[in-house]
Amino acid sequence: MNIVVCIKQVPDAKTVRFDTEKGTLVREGVEAVINPFDFHALEAGFQLKDTYGGEITVLSMGPPQAENALKEALSLGADKGILLSDRAFAGADTLATTYTLAKAIEKLGPVDLVLCGKQAIDGDTAQVGPGLAVRLGIPYVTCVNALSVLDDGKTMHLRRINEDGYDMLELEMPALLTVLASLNTPRLPSLKGKMRARKAEIPVWDARELGAKPGMIGLEGSATQVVSTSVPTFEARREMLEGSSEEQVEALVSRFKEAGIL
Amino acid sequence: MLKVDIEKCTGCGECEESCTFEAIFVEDEVAVVDQDACTLCGICVDGCPEGALEIQGEQGLLATDLSSWKGIWVVAECRSGVLAPVTLELLAKSGELAGKLDTEVTAVLMGHEIESRAQELIFYGADRVLVVDHPELATFTDEVYGNILADLAKKENPEIILAGATAMGRSYIPRVATILETGLTADCTGLDIRAEDRTLLQTRPAFGGNLLATIVCPGHRPQMATVRPHVMRANAPDPDRKGEVIRILPGEDLLSHRVQVLESVKEQAEGPNLSEADVIVTAGRGFEQEKNVELAKELADLLGGTVGATRAAVDAGWLSGRTQIGQTGVTVSPKLYVACGVSGAIQHIVGMQGSEIIVSINKDAEAPIFDVTTYGLVGDVKEILPLLIRRIQKERGS
Ligand SMILES: Cc1cc2nc3c(=O)[nH]c(=O)nc-3n(C[C@H](O)[C@H](O)[C@H](O)COP(=O)(O)OP(=O)(O)OC[C@H]3O[C@@H](n4cnc5c(N)ncnc54)[C@H](O)[C@@H]3O)c2cc1C
Ligand SMILES: Nc1ncnc2c1ncn2[C@@H]1O[C@H](COP(=O)(O)O)[C@@H](O)[C@H]1O
Repeated sequence: MNIVVCIKQVPDAKTVRFDTEKGTLVREGVEAVINPFDFHALEAGFQLKDTYGGEITVLSMGPPQAENALKEALSLGADKGILLSDRAFAGADTLATTYTLAKAIEKLGPVDLVLCGKQAIDGDTAQVGPGLAVRLGIPYVTCVNALSVLDDGKTMHLRRINEDGYDMLELEMPALLTVLASLNTPRLPSLKGKMRARKAEIPVWDARELGAKPGMIGLEGSATQVVSTSVPTFEARREMLEGSSEEQVEALVSRFKEAGIL
Repeated sequence: MLKVDIEKCTGCGECEESCTFEAIFVEDEVAVVDQDACTLCGICVDGCPEGALEIQGEQGLLATDLSSWKGIWVVAECRSGVLAPVTLELLAKSGELAGKLDTEVTAVLMGHEIESRAQELIFYGADRVLVVDHPELATFTDEVYGNILADLAKKENPEIILAGATAMGRSYIPRVATILETGLTADCTGLDIRAEDRTLLQTRPAFGGNLLATIVCPGHRPQMATVRPHVMRANAPDPDRKGEVIRILPGEDLLSHRVQVLESVKEQAEGPNLSEADVIVTAGRGFEQEKNVELAKELADLLGGTVGATRAAVDAGWLSGRTQIGQTGVTVSPKLYVACGVSGAIQHIVGMQGSEIIVSINKDAEAPIFDVTTYGLVGDVKEILPLLIRRIQKERGS
């Protein structure tokens, strides 16, 4: 089974800070990590490979440092990593991102399965998976939290979560899935994997290598534009209720009455 | 391509300063462009005091005549025959936007045996309803719903398309945007119109709500957004409102799909679902044992709410993964959030800090959850919750 896993390097939530004056992200001291959902996409790929064999290629579009994310994926068990990096890719929204990723996947040749995380924790859009599938002309299912492959090796059964419960779905590969954290528990890197990752060369593909049209990538290929950002201030409104448990409960009930909750 | 008019250029260096991509620099007192590095962002063009810079060509992607796109569309969501609350919220918001644009609101209703809902959409604010009723639409598939909506949009050229940021909307609306090759802003919490150029201003949280970004879609149409449930307010239905109902028969070619729905299962939902709930009582590891989680359920029931979980509570097997709130779970913003035995790890906080009132009960007065709390109670959940439940029951006279 040929599987491509798309991973994004995102700022670690634990180290992210914001400048309330300027309304921007403070870049200094922010650590970059693999988007948490993408670990689950990787794990889904590894489990399929463990059963059906094949090859796992990890793909990431980002600045040169995103190589670290790809190396981490290799240490976990991916077979190869490819970095899509070019200054012309900068400023891409989901429309330009899906074009660029699709170009790379087409260049890789026939794939059976493309796996993405449900969403990236920086932009939280959850749009890249579906958009990429449309670009590739393959069916997709989002929010997958259980999957199995039937005996024919190409039909999949999937469970997709929604507000009221879930749907059981069937599709035939090639296809794209976006996965939830509840799908699996990601494995840890092995020592052998870490050694292999350290030595691995990560090819970097730029716009020319992809044969990407200039008007379709980066800022120019993006339909949306950020015009302003601000940091919401959560007013300091902390009130610790005092006294015994009974007194605290009494105080809370009166706050509830004031707020119209009771 | 970025062109420099060497007659006008004075070599002042403004452009070099302003370029984020180090793509333009002054050499021999005239600006020179590194065309490989240039992303055509246009910042230098706007900043050039001499008007010596110009972006030429490459305008092919832009919708040529923006004025030929008209009207606001609301994609109605109908689950098990009932309109989703977010659809009604969007109708109210669209009415307000349509007033500013002097245009009308169209609801697009897809499903099977749903036509009776069309009147309801009119009562809540639609001027026109496009009804696509077909047996193939009885169950939701991204392909069929997406293809039909994209096809309608291609024929009618709406200026704006809005849909709920629900499981369904977040799944197939990106399909529509990609087919139409236009922008889509996910999960908006605010919408407005910039009067001078009729642009839709779309505000959305990023980085788990720590940053608010306002996004526009200048050169492409339609302008598309999914909107988070529960942040906008629906109007009361007006049974005297009149509107037009238009039935549409989908072309056969739009009805084929490669994903088959084997079954749709409704899980025994206790109370409202998380994203639409007014009240959420969240159970954390502080409950210590599964049986204590009943207390959270009891309080939620009493307040007409539903139960959420931290990852620790999910990992312990007390509650299902779908109730997890936070970075790798769902994001919620109820009127009242009661965090019980929750430490307040950043991965949890990003999913709930937008709640209106946050009550926290924790036996550790130093727990970080108290930093985002409105009313904090220090104590044991096993003691406080039964007291609170009894006290509310007394208040209600039961
Ligand atoms: C990549 C990543 C993603 C994650 N995503 C999420 C996510 O989406 N959602 C999420 O919730 N977590 C997430 N986590 C986990 C998160 O870091 C925390 O581990 C988790 O939120 C802790 O849950 P908790 O507050 O229930 O448990 P704990 O941190 O163990 O806190 C329990 C609290 O209960 C208090 N307590 C104990 N006994 C009592 C009692 N009898 N009465 C009152 N209080 C008591 C304690 O003082 C403590 O503060 C993620 C972690 C990572 C690394
Ligand atoms: N720049 C990128 N490179 C590779 N994969 C990406 C990139 N951006 C998004 N993805 C994938 O798309 C998923 C959803 O991202 P998003 O639509 O940005 O929320 C992520 O979990 C990744 O699997």
